[in-house]
Amino acid sequence: MSKNLFAVAGLFNTPDEIIKASKAVNKQYKKFDVNTPYPVHGMDSAMGLKSSKLGYFALAFGLTGMLIALSLMTWVTTKEYPLVIGGKPFFSLPAFIPITFELTVLLASIGTVLSMIFIFFKLPNNSHPIHDTNYMKSVSNDKYGIYVLAEDDNFDAEKVKALFASLGAADISEILYNEDDLEEDVQVYQHFKIFDKKFVVGLLSIVVVVSGLAYYMLNKLFYMAPYNWMMTQSKVIPQAPVSDNFADGFPMRNPVEGTVAKGFMPYEYKGKPEEAEKNLINPSEVTPENLALGKIKFDIYCSPCHGYFGKGDSRLNGQFPNPPSLHSEKARNFKDGRIFHIITDGQNNVMPGYYKQLSRDDRWAVVNYVRVLQRSLNAKEEDLK
Amino acid sequence: MDKDYSKELSVIEGKPSLATITHDISVPMETMPNKAFYIALSVTLTFLGIGAFCLILTFIYGIGLWGNNNPVGWAFDIVNFVFWIGIGHAGTLISAILFLFRQKWRTGIARFAEAMTIFAVMTAGLFPLIHVGRPWLDGYLLPHPNQHGLWVNFTSPLLWDVFAVSTYATVSLIFWYVGLIPDFATLRDRTTNNIKKLIYSVLSFGWRHSNRHWQHYEMVYLILAGFATPLVLSVHTIVSFDFAVSILPGWHTTIFPPYFVAGAVFSGFAMVQNALIFIRKVFKLEYIITLDTLEKMNKIMLLTGTIVGYAYGMEFFIAWYSGNPLELFTFVNRAFGDYAWAYWIMMTCNVFSPQLFWFKKLRRSIPFMFVVAIFVNVGMWFERFVIIVTSLSRDFLPSSWAYYKPTLIDGGILLGSFGLFFTLVLLFTKAMPVISIAEVKAVVDGSQPTHHGGHE
Repeated sequence: MSKNLFAVAGLFNTPDEIIKASKAVNKQYKKFDVNTPYPVHGMDSAMGLKSSKLGYFALAFGLTGMLIALSLMTWVTTKEYPLVIGGKPFFSLPAFIPITFELTVLLASIGTVLSMIFIFFKLPNNSHPIHDTNYMKSVSNDKYGIYVLAEDDNFDAEKVKALFASLGAADISEILYNEDDLEEDVQVYQHFKIFDKKFVVGLLSIVVVVSGLAYYMLNKLFYMAPYNWMMTQSKVIPQAPVSDNFADGFPMRNPVEGTVAKGFMPYEYKGKPEEAEKNLINPSEVTPENLALGKIKFDIYCSPCHGYFGKGDSRLNGQFPNPPSLHSEKARNFKDGRIFHIITDGQNNVMPGYYKQLSRDDRWAVVNYVRVLQRSLNAKEEDLK
Repeated sequence: MDKDYSKELSVIEGKPSLATITHDISVPMETMPNKAFYIALSVTLTFLGIGAFCLILTFIYGIGLWGNNNPVGWAFDIVNFVFWIGIGHAGTLISAILFLFRQKWRTGIARFAEAMTIFAVMTAGLFPLIHVGRPWLDGYLLPHPNQHGLWVNFTSPLLWDVFAVSTYATVSLIFWYVGLIPDFATLRDRTTNNIKKLIYSVLSFGWRHSNRHWQHYEMVYLILAGFATPLVLSVHTIVSFDFAVSILPGWHTTIFPPYFVAGAVFSGFAMVQNALIFIRKVFKLEYIITLDTLEKMNKIMLLTGTIVGYAYGMEFFIAWYSGNPLELFTFVNRAFGDYAWAYWIMMTCNVFSPQLFWFKKLRRSIPFMFVVAIFVNVGMWFERFVIIVTSLSRDFLPSSWAYYKPTLIDGGILLGSFGLFFTLVLLFTKAMPVISIAEVKAVVDGSQPTHHGGHE
């Protein structure tokens, strides 16, 4: 492998010397560069550089950010998702200003820095010939360096060395490079061992972890239902086989055949009014509370047909077979048991049984209340005393 | 003392050679940490662990573990958020605003202050995210097309906050990183370790200290400083809008934006000063972070502390002058109500303690300034507590008035935030140059060409 001459470099000790040197070099050569550990004042004019154009990039990126922010907010608030918020208009410029400002600054900063690094500097470039030379190590610490590239039209290695020596250079060196290195960028790989096993494994694991986390966040966490553990917790549902209580999954057992619920004894005189009248005895006591209960139930279930006072004159009169008055001779002579039977079983295919709506005690209370109504229109002599 | 006032004094003491500066700043990264470092790290990691434990409990059982309850719906979480965002502001002020004002003394402290900015914003950003109660849904804070067809409310100060804080974090990070590129290149050329060399080569992008690059680099630095200056002012302004745009007495005031920004710079400088006192001693960098620099920081604390004190007074004046009985009640209640203890802690720490910096002797005494800066941060934390909690605990409906008490979990999370912040700071001091090598070299005496030398 043959080494080619890249440039001739000189190192100087003071900022005054490097300014003088770059002025001198700038007169004879075009392709040269100055390397200093920090920006030296006055170097731009000494090297004959024009002022940086990065400001225009910043302006362009900033305006782009501003436009993106304004158009996104306008589109969202007026077209895509128009919501009235606090009575403000959909397009509310004063309220848009903070976000517009932030996005302007954000895009301008990112854009300017990225364009500086990638467009203006053409970095990253770790295979530049001056890397890893003594020259580079000196200028990144405490020396001021200048080099003239071999590809400059007026280049002559001996003349450049003489020029540097006449300017008082502390050290003069040649910077060499391999042809292959520049073309294939192999130097950097050989030197840094980027394809080292450990490094690749480390890089891959970072990629896996980061992409896994991103996938998990975007596809799982975002769609996580809030507080759904009441739906998924262990519990019993009477109609669904989801519990662990019994083998078939249902939480309860069916009652034994023929079980009767409390208060739901089957009615034994169904279709037998006479027997009911003979055998049934009113078990309830006539108290104000009992009568009040009877009145409530009567008003709800009986009055729609029989009327509030049992005269058979309700609002349904004329629209339906007219219900009988409860004040007839016949009705007044019924025993309590017969009235209970009629309420329970219904009669004449028109009046249905009310055993589903009224419990046994309710029905007896209604019987008592019916007796009160009958008595009110046909009072006995002793009632008047 | 005879001083030649016709010459600008160097901000770096003595006249160190450039090689000395490179060496002294690089040493912490080239040596193993000592015992004190591990002790400090274990303390901060313990705090961090306690905070993480309390956070995990919060995630499992919900924010009912906190003291927040009607009517005080914002408490420690938002207090801590505003506090930490405020801490960050000193870094950007030092790196951007003082850069625009050509204050050379900033070079010694800018890098460290910027790092503290980034860590403080990271810590602060945690709080709104956990405050929402279901942190796994935080992605909805950013506008993006989603299957619900939902968009964020662009007219809400809370959303402005999302943009302001995330932009601030990003721009601070970029600003910091741009400053680090030449230093990474210097470290790359110093190190003899191959793995370090690889890391520094990647991080420095192969920077060559070329003057054709420095020219654009300085332009970008100027542009970024120009962007960061209004940005830092906007961030705490927008944070204050979270309060000022509401109609709650005690929050609904136009003085909030400047008052919040001054308070942020105030507490940020106190925190940076506290940390720098250790850094300069431990890493023997007293000639770069000089006593003069610390004194200048104390002067800024005196200025911003006085602005904050003025704001407290002006709030009271306006409460009376506005003739609004609700405003007046709120402010009288702050000073003499249930939370009077917090109010007077705030007044003592923020208004009275920095006034002692009028005395030059006190201003230049390191133990004294250290204690005052701690007072300032305690006071500034209580300022946010007073603003948020007193206003909420006495809202428009007297029947729902209540006294807010934090729980142990609240305290644990606060402790954890300090743990996170100082863990990051400690790791930073051993991983990256705490002082900008390139910038400091540029302000050493004799580092710039003399007027005669440059022009033959």
